[in-house]
Amino acid sequence: MSNIIKVGMADLKVCKSPDGLTTLGLGSCVGVALRDPITKVGGLLHAMLPDSTVIKNNTCVEKFVDSGLEELVKQMVRAGANKSRLEAKLAGGAQMFAFQRNSDLVKVGARNAEAARKKLSAMRIKLLAEDTGLNYGRTVIYYPETGIYVIKAVGKPEKKI
Amino acid sequence: MDNNFELDSIDSSHLDVLREIGNIGAGNAMTALAQMLQRKVDMKVPKADLFEFRDLGEVIGGEETIMAGVYMVVEGDIQGSMMFLLEKESSKHLIDQMLGGYGSSAAGADEFDEMEISVLKEMGNIMTGAYLNSLSDLTGLKIYPTAPDIAVDMAGAILSVPAIEFGVLGDKILMIQTRFTDDVEIDGFFILVPDLDSYKKIMESLGMA
Repeated sequence: MSNIIKVGMADLKVCKSPDGLTTLGLGSCVGVALRDPITKVGGLLHAMLPDSTVIKNNTCVEKFVDSGLEELVKQMVRAGANKSRLEAKLAGGAQMFAFQRNSDLVKVGARNAEAARKKLSAMRIKLLAEDTGLNYGRTVIYYPETGIYVIKAVGKPEKKI
Repeated sequence: MDNNFELDSIDSSHLDVLREIGNIGAGNAMTALAQMLQRKVDMKVPKADLFEFRDLGEVIGGEETIMAGVYMVVEGDIQGSMMFLLEKESSKHLIDQMLGGYGSSAAGADEFDEMEISVLKEMGNIMTGAYLNSLSDLTGLKIYPTAPDIAVDMAGAILSVPAIEFGVLGDKILMIQTRFTDDVEIDGFFILVPDLDSYKKIMESLGMA
């Protein structure tokens, strides 16, 4: 029997195939999924903000793309993943409302996605596919067995990347 | 309350004050809605609390619940945002009431057309306006909402917007939440998200600082 483990907002989880990981209703946040295709260890991060270094209140590492990815890789290696084999898929980073107040937070979705691309590249993790941007929410399910990342959105056909 | 006001220093007496704000604000909004619909609308006791981001979905009744969210930026003496959330069925029901059956017949049960979106936006506008007016009367602070924007999507995705605003400040989100109902089924929430400085100003204006 396999389980689908739920990841909340500002949260991350690690699992091993046949288990999978899910996070519901990603808006401007991003869901970064990683796996080691040999040991089938997978991980999913649901991060809210791009950069932990520009924010004073940053004790919650899972809140940020950069520190969250570091923590996720650390936990995956502990669970049996080999860092050099990791591959990634990325979803989320939408702009839910056309305008938003805080100038720092304008286009936070796009900035989250960009931060994920940059951090993955700095960590030498290959980004295989992504479904990001636009203006709608996404629910994602990740299967470390196959690396398939299922993306569901309201009123849209299910997508697999 | 000192100058280094933090979310962690909020205690139960502050939360009581916030609940009362939610009560008065939503009470005014309900009156506005009742006048629009020409019928009675009730509300439940408001909740004000600090939530972990990861628990947010549960708070609102599931991340994947489809809701209409009207989002407004709040300016003036306080800064923040205000959100009015309404479940999909309730939205259709309200549109029906406003437009004599239009909501269920027009775009179908799962979609909202331009007319319906515009009704929801206006309704959100009037209700949040009434909410903020009462907060302004209560505190003596100038509070202006900007033009509303609307999204119909999963609750989690809509709530990510105020959550991220709070994410900059700390690891929790402060929500003043009021649920309301009418004779039939309207299920909705108001969420006021003041930033920390504004929160402090509200408390000071009420003699709580």
